[in-house]
Amino acid sequence: MINMKIHLPNSAFLGNIDAFLRSFDMSDPTKLEITANKKWISIHPLVLAMVAALGSSVSPENIDFEKLEAKSKHYIERMGLFKMLGLESGITMIEHEPAGRFVPLAKITNTAELSSIITEIVPLLHLSPAQAEPIKYILSELVRNVFEHSLAKDGAFMCAQYYANSSTIRIGIVDTGVGIKKTIDASYSTGSDLEAIRLALTPGITGTTKRIGGTEYNAGAGLFFIKSIAKVSRNFFVIYSGNAMYKLLRSSRATKNIRLYSDPFDDRHSICNDLPSWRGTAVGIDIALEPRQEFSLLLDHIRKIYMNAISEQKKSRYRKARFI
Amino acid sequence: MISIKLFPMVGEFAENKDAAKEIRLLQIVPALDGKEEVVLDFEGVNSATQSFIHALISDLIRKYGNEVLDRISFQHCNETVRKIIGIVVDYMQEAE
Repeated sequence: MINMKIHLPNSAFLGNIDAFLRSFDMSDPTKLEITANKKWISIHPLVLAMVAALGSSVSPENIDFEKLEAKSKHYIERMGLFKMLGLESGITMIEHEPAGRFVPLAKITNTAELSSIITEIVPLLHLSPAQAEPIKYILSELVRNVFEHSLAKDGAFMCAQYYANSSTIRIGIVDTGVGIKKTIDASYSTGSDLEAIRLALTPGITGTTKRIGGTEYNAGAGLFFIKSIAKVSRNFFVIYSGNAMYKLLRSSRATKNIRLYSDPFDDRHSICNDLPSWRGTAVGIDIALEPRQEFSLLLDHIRKIYMNAISEQKKSRYRKARFI
Repeated sequence: MISIKLFPMVGEFAENKDAAKEIRLLQIVPALDGKEEVVLDFEGVNSATQSFIHALISDLIRKYGNEVLDRISFQHCNETVRKIIGIVVDYMQEAE
């Protein structure tokens, strides 16, 4: 039987992650073979979270993790991938300062663990209160989505890293649950994973009800808020579920005023709908720390677009007069 | 009038929707049903998610109508919390 295979490439960030996603082989979910670039591995936290999530469903004796030779292998160790997979890395390293600017891989299965991570993320990433605001927001909304909609037995896998060169925080949050299509299809009939992703990113659309305004517990706003945070940050946002991926592309710094759209396909984006099927949902996001638009100003933009979207959704359900 | 202090229950970042639902069902709804006015006191709460505010108040607007907003006041809200409450209040009224 063919094993699940993952190759940790030389480089996989949100801008060029498509090749990594295409390289998955998920033939046999009981065995996992991990190989890696021999010279240098530089990967987004999303990649690490995906490997951890996939590996966690496989018992350690069924994981064949090729001995790492890349000079950057210490990064993989330090982010806790071997520990998460229940493997010995064989990599010895001198621990540097305990609070470097990263959040190692964590599995979050309940509210208490989420609260703990939200508290820890501020000192771990050395964030000011203003910088922390959107990061905490993203983490809470995405992990709660996993709790409420994914039916993933292992909860959410996440990690994050600060990149000094670009002054960005990069975050990956992944689950191995039912995926977006199944969740959205509970209330809408979608023909594909991509269509389900499109609806999930549209404000006011939730899989829990067709009712405008949502249920007492869900409004269908979370992913739209998060995409908007990435857009205003002029950075990447990737969401991958089933065989489809939607990627919000970077906005040019030359563009003075950023416009938000209720339809994610109106944003500058790329899509794939022929990827190896990811059983669950994987989200990656980059947030620039500087220059930063005030979170409260972002909320003004969101309010305007959200209200328009709700109004349009209502109008789309108006019955028309019948003239005979 | 009943004042409900949120900080001791939800902390400085109000994101726990289960806590929001519990506050709504166990404190706000009984107060409203008892013809009381309710003050939601956000002192110490620095930020909130839209999901939290939605779980806290959306069903009140749906069940009691938007007149319920004449009986609920929001106190000690910073700019972020104010705006998130504003978004939820607006879209719930637009939706109904």
